[in-house]
Amino acid sequence: MEILYAIVALAIIIFSVLTVTTRKILRSATYLLFTLFAAAIVYFMMDYEFLGAVQIAVYAGGIVVLFVFSILLTTHPGSNSEKLANRHVWWGILAAVATAAVTGWALLSRCADLFSSKPEMADYTMQDLGNAMLSTGHGGYLLPFEAVSVLLLACIIGAVVVARKR
Amino acid sequence: MEPTIPILILCLPLLGFLVLGLLGPKMSHKAAGWYGILSMGATMVLAYITACTYFFSGAPEFIEGGVRLQHVVFNQDWLNFYKELTIRIGFLLDPISALLLVVITTISFCVHLYSLGYMEGEKGFQRYYAFLQLFSFSMLGLVVATNIFQMYIFWELVGASSYLLIGFYYQRPSAVSASKKAFIVTRFADLGFLIGILILSYFTGTFNFTDFTGTVLANGSSVNDLVTPLNVVASFGGATFMGCSLLTWALVLIFMGGMGKSAMLPLHIWLPDAMEGPTPVSALIHAATMVVAGVYLVARLFPLYLMEEAALTFITVVGAITAFYAAVVACTQIDIKRVLAFSTISQIAFMMVSLGVARPEIHEGLGYMASMFHLFTHAMFKALLFLGAGALIHAVHSNDYTAMGGLRKYMPVTHITFLIGCLAIAGIPPFSGFFSKDEILSACYENSFVWGAWMSMVAGLTAFYMFRLYYLIFWWDEPDYGHHKPHDAPWMMSLPLIFLALVSCCCGFLHFGKFVTWNGEPYDIHINWTGVAIPSIIIAVLAIALATVMYRKKNDLPAKFAKASCGLWTAAHNRFYWDEIYLFITHKIIFNGICRPIAWFDRHIIDGTMDGLAWCAQRLSVTIRPLQSGNVHSYVYVYLFGALLLGGVTAAVVLL
Amino acid sequence: MEIKLLYYLVPSLVMFCCGLYGFLTRKNMIAMLISLELMLNAVDINFTVVNRYLFPGSQEGMIFTLFAIAIAAAETALAIAIIINLYRVTKKVDIDEAKQLKG
Repeated sequence: MEILYAIVALAIIIFSVLTVTTRKILRSATYLLFTLFAAAIVYFMMDYEFLGAVQIAVYAGGIVVLFVFSILLTTHPGSNSEKLANRHVWWGILAAVATAAVTGWALLSRCADLFSSKPEMADYTMQDLGNAMLSTGHGGYLLPFEAVSVLLLACIIGAVVVARKR
Repeated sequence: MEPTIPILILCLPLLGFLVLGLLGPKMSHKAAGWYGILSMGATMVLAYITACTYFFSGAPEFIEGGVRLQHVVFNQDWLNFYKELTIRIGFLLDPISALLLVVITTISFCVHLYSLGYMEGEKGFQRYYAFLQLFSFSMLGLVVATNIFQMYIFWELVGASSYLLIGFYYQRPSAVSASKKAFIVTRFADLGFLIGILILSYFTGTFNFTDFTGTVLANGSSVNDLVTPLNVVASFGGATFMGCSLLTWALVLIFMGGMGKSAMLPLHIWLPDAMEGPTPVSALIHAATMVVAGVYLVARLFPLYLMEEAALTFITVVGAITAFYAAVVACTQIDIKRVLAFSTISQIAFMMVSLGVARPEIHEGLGYMASMFHLFTHAMFKALLFLGAGALIHAVHSNDYTAMGGLRKYMPVTHITFLIGCLAIAGIPPFSGFFSKDEILSACYENSFVWGAWMSMVAGLTAFYMFRLYYLIFWWDEPDYGHHKPHDAPWMMSLPLIFLALVSCCCGFLHFGKFVTWNGEPYDIHINWTGVAIPSIIIAVLAIALATVMYRKKNDLPAKFAKASCGLWTAAHNRFYWDEIYLFITHKIIFNGICRPIAWFDRHIIDGTMDGLAWCAQRLSVTIRPLQSGNVHSYVYVYLFGALLLGGVTAAVVLL
Repeated sequence: MEIKLLYYLVPSLVMFCCGLYGFLTRKNMIAMLISLELMLNAVDINFTVVNRYLFPGSQEGMIFTLFAIAIAAAETALAIAIIINLYRVTKKVDIDEAKQLKG
């Protein structure tokens, strides 16, 4: 378990750094894919198998493919590896470090919790999740479920309208 | 009495107004005209039925022991503020409202019929009929009002319909300004009326006429013990303001509304200009019905006025001055409709004086009866004169007598009917005006010799200017009419003339005192031949003779006379400069002295403040606009800075 | 060695800061969107991990993540539609081209 954790943590750190530093956009998308896989493994390690599956299916299978398509659509045929220009690098680093500092400082205010260990969890089945999604009251998420479905519908229509050729 | 017929009397004209107003443009002229005539005819029949039921049925609700009672047919809650303050719409039947029902519907019907010929082919014919119906509705609602607030509502409605009809030819600037003038002047008067209503109802806690004027019997007891004018006086508790009792103030202010509508002296300036409207409208509104609303108002509240000698004296003085003034001005006008307008003012002032001199101890309130009698006869013969004038104008296409003359040969029907009208207004027996004017003069002489002599003089002037008008139109010198010789009007115009002429001949013989008196008890009219009647006949005949000498044949006597009068003629011709005085007051004093500073204040201080605020907001927006650069990265930096600050502060608060 | 809560939060913090850095320095809009996804994922990990470690009895964090993924997918699809539309007009996917959208 510890070994797996070490691999995953390293993968997350290395691939996310590579994602934002690489000069080629297609590679950037590929590194993102790896990062997302690593995140999915984290979910599996947290015993949220369904969430991990969704992460792989939606992100890896959907969003990254979308990225790849759009990259291919917007790259000029002649220069298949457009250089990604980064600018104001030092400002970016400063902002990132400042964020890390503030966040880390905020984290430190909860010291006791930070070092708690993983407790046992009752088996959470797919059936429970389904019930939670389709019920109301405490622990029920029918309303957000419906809201998200409406949002997705609106998004589909919006995407079609925006991308349609006039 | 069943409320069906009274409701129909009010609803038919209203329906007519709505139908003609909304569907009128879709109708042909003929259809619209005949619809209006039939609707008004039906209303007239219903009004006759109502009046006959009231006067002749002898039912106990109408008459008790020979005394005519006020009968409330229905009284519906309309505006319910709270229990003590409820405004009602109702139908009050008493001698004067029944009389007015007859007068209004008769004249209105005649005018409807007459207009079919007079207004033939005019643009806006349907609109004209719609307004006529609206006016009839408002006037009927006014006379049957059960409370003073209902009366006020309909009072304003007749004002509005009068405004609409005066401005009927709205392309003519003169008509537009005349309608505005009429509306503003009467509106100004109505302000006094409203204040009077408020004072009166504040102290008495009621709007109902029956509460103000509950009939008092001869022996001093009232029909209903609770409601007498005495209670009204008692409820004021002797409150005074500037030396007069508040009740006097209230009554004078209410009378001010009447002064505006009835064109009494300081507020008379709108009526001559109102002649810009179509002539039948002048006959209906500005001669027979609406302008007597002020007289009707005073008559309606007469028992209250009796309680306050000062208010009655005020009415008498205003009426007497107006009567003389209008008669003098009428002698010098050129426009025949203006002569008739000033004659109307003068005659209404007669009615006012008659009301003002009426006292219960003088022949049992003779003046009140005489006033109502004159209102009735005057409505008939003045409508006749106006419609006749309309026929003349129709024939020669001009309002001025200078374009007329010698017309007796060409227009015999108009000539005869107009002559009857002139004889009636001059007070020659056996025409109706003689009887009513005789009663008025009797009442004046009974009150005081001064008033009697004054009004006799005015009566003489009346005879003079009417026959001046008559001779100038029908005799004098014949101008060149060209190929189109004037001829009599079509039958629908002649028919009302003949009908009204017949009425003017006969209605003097009515035993009017049996129907309308101030307290409902019958009064036996007896003509005081030696004291009043014979002298007034002599005065009238002398005046007519003078007019005959001066105007029968073309001569230069009138011009000499005008020259010899040292400016009096010019002054009278210019209506003694009342309009100029008003213009001076409004333009020079009110506009320059009050309105300009207010306008300056509004433009520079109030608008300046607002403009300044707008200027500040605009400068601010110009200043901060570059912040929205469209550069996403700068947005993110700003956002991030804020988020970090917030996170840092939160963490610091939690930690430290 | 037992894996503590903090051990998961540190990589996620690094991931978030990388996303932030990328978002601030990239000019290509698709690359910016990729950085955005990084940040979103870091937050998702935080939600699940905290839920799992501190409140194992309830599932709010997990379900929140689920919804966040759904919404992120929707948002990405729409954003890419807009980017492609913009590309059709300007033949570029530079964020500076979008400046004129401010009106």
